[in-house]
Amino acid sequence: MSTWDWQVFCKDTIDGKIVPSCFGSGGDITYLDWLLSAWGWTLSVSALALLVALLLGSLMGILRTTPHRGLVLLGNAWTELFRNIPLLVQIFLWYHVVPALIPPLRSVPSFILVVLGLGLFTSARISEQVRAGIQSLAGGQRMAGLAMGFTLPQTYRHVLLPMAYRIIIPPLTSESMNIIKNSSVAFAVSISELTLFALQAQEETSRGIEVYLAVTGLYFVSAFAINRAMLFVENRVRVPGMIGGGGH
Amino acid sequence: MKRSFPLALALAGALSVLPSLAQALDGTLKKIKDSGTVTMGVRESSGGLSFTLGDGKFAGFHVELCQRALADIQKQLGMSNLDIKYQPVTSQNRIPLVQNGTVDIECGSTTNNAARQKDVSFAATTYVEEVRIAVKANSGIASIAQLNGRNVATTTGTTSVQHLRKHQRAAGVDFKEVYGKDHADSFLLLESGRADAFVMDGQILAGNIAKSKNPADFKIVGEVLSVEPIAIMMRKDDPAFKKAVDDSLMALMKSGEISKIYDKWFMQPIPPTNTRIGLPASEATKAAWASPNDKPMEDYAKK
Repeated sequence: MSTWDWQVFCKDTIDGKIVPSCFGSGGDITYLDWLLSAWGWTLSVSALALLVALLLGSLMGILRTTPHRGLVLLGNAWTELFRNIPLLVQIFLWYHVVPALIPPLRSVPSFILVVLGLGLFTSARISEQVRAGIQSLAGGQRMAGLAMGFTLPQTYRHVLLPMAYRIIIPPLTSESMNIIKNSSVAFAVSISELTLFALQAQEETSRGIEVYLAVTGLYFVSAFAINRAMLFVENRVRVPGMIGGGGH
Repeated sequence: MKRSFPLALALAGALSVLPSLAQALDGTLKKIKDSGTVTMGVRESSGGLSFTLGDGKFAGFHVELCQRALADIQKQLGMSNLDIKYQPVTSQNRIPLVQNGTVDIECGSTTNNAARQKDVSFAATTYVEEVRIAVKANSGIASIAQLNGRNVATTTGTTSVQHLRKHQRAAGVDFKEVYGKDHADSFLLLESGRADAFVMDGQILAGNIAKSKNPADFKIVGEVLSVEPIAIMMRKDDPAFKKAVDDSLMALMKSGEISKIYDKWFMQPIPPTNTRIGLPASEATKAAWASPNDKPMEDYAKK
């Protein structure tokens, strides 16, 4: 039907002329420059959202396994709130609705809002995994820790969490990869990331197949890099004989 | 139409004693005649040009023009029945779907430009779009120069961004681009104050303003950023089909019927909400009707 035209990435974004070096100069950018900057936005959104998600998700997951009813309720409410609303809807709530209710939020850049939106959404999922990890441990572990004279926080820090986190590395890997893919919703609030680049560049250049292939490749590389990194972590922290540690 | 294929020419020559029956059909016309159906590509939401009424029904200025052209083709082919199938398309898939034969005739809001002419062909231009700026009426903005340092909204996946960028460089105006997911979203950016202006096709701006809570709060101002011929799109290298469609459109242009159809979709209240877009035919559109042509956008820019 049509032949490949990878030269499209060397084109200037304003006049569409091919730049020999493929990189623009003097403030002008080529589609390749734009693609790389879009990749940077995708990675930045994902990394920061993952940080928010891991911190809040762990906290909420731990709260849900404590003996205090109030804390359990808080953790449960948090998790159910953020995991029962579709991600795109949450992003729109953060971008359009919340600033209308709280005017000072209007000056917050959409980048921060999308990091929060994506981070909170994922924190609900991580909270569920952390809770599952802790609850998968035999009940005697907690009692033993407390009987040894550890306080409740110490029991978590030294007995429960080290085992629970090792068990949940595989689902955490999936979640970290998901966050890269889910970061594509950021295009809806004007973050110039890979999906926005794809929608925009294919319209401007009429080379949709090349543009989408490049973007697909970058998403795959990013998610796969996380997969490999987490596998490395999983192997490094494995304790033979411990639950989830594997005996081999 | 017979000249395009030597075989067809030979066949037609041999059977010239029965001229009307012996017309050797090829391409889309043959497909329509053989199958008794034709697939029209339509848009879900392209202002008054092509939009859905819900329930799988589509309407709009270009949809009506296509229906009329297809009715003429039905007559020309001597078919008693022609079944029109409607296939919603997007700006991402419309060209591939026309190329691979899923869609026979696309009646949406496709800009005729030189890059696309390599892949598809266009009927005579039936509508000329002008890219304009919509602002809040009380903002005091009246030209591009006043956008310096402001937030300017536009919709992802449209060519308006490119025009904006060109102007940015040419005029030395420095503004921040804010992208809406779709036109309604971009308009919300303007309405909620996240953007000071919305740059888009005039008819889309007019349509969104007409549908807003308080249309008097908004107005369309400033220079025309770009002029784009919008046309009905067909497969490339099918001169017989293109001629049939063009003949039908040109007849409407010649008789002045086209301006009545235009009024129906752009000046009168239209379904489903019965609001008026209220956008009179521009001088450029009238010029395209007066001298029918399928020139790409690049030729308009030269003027």
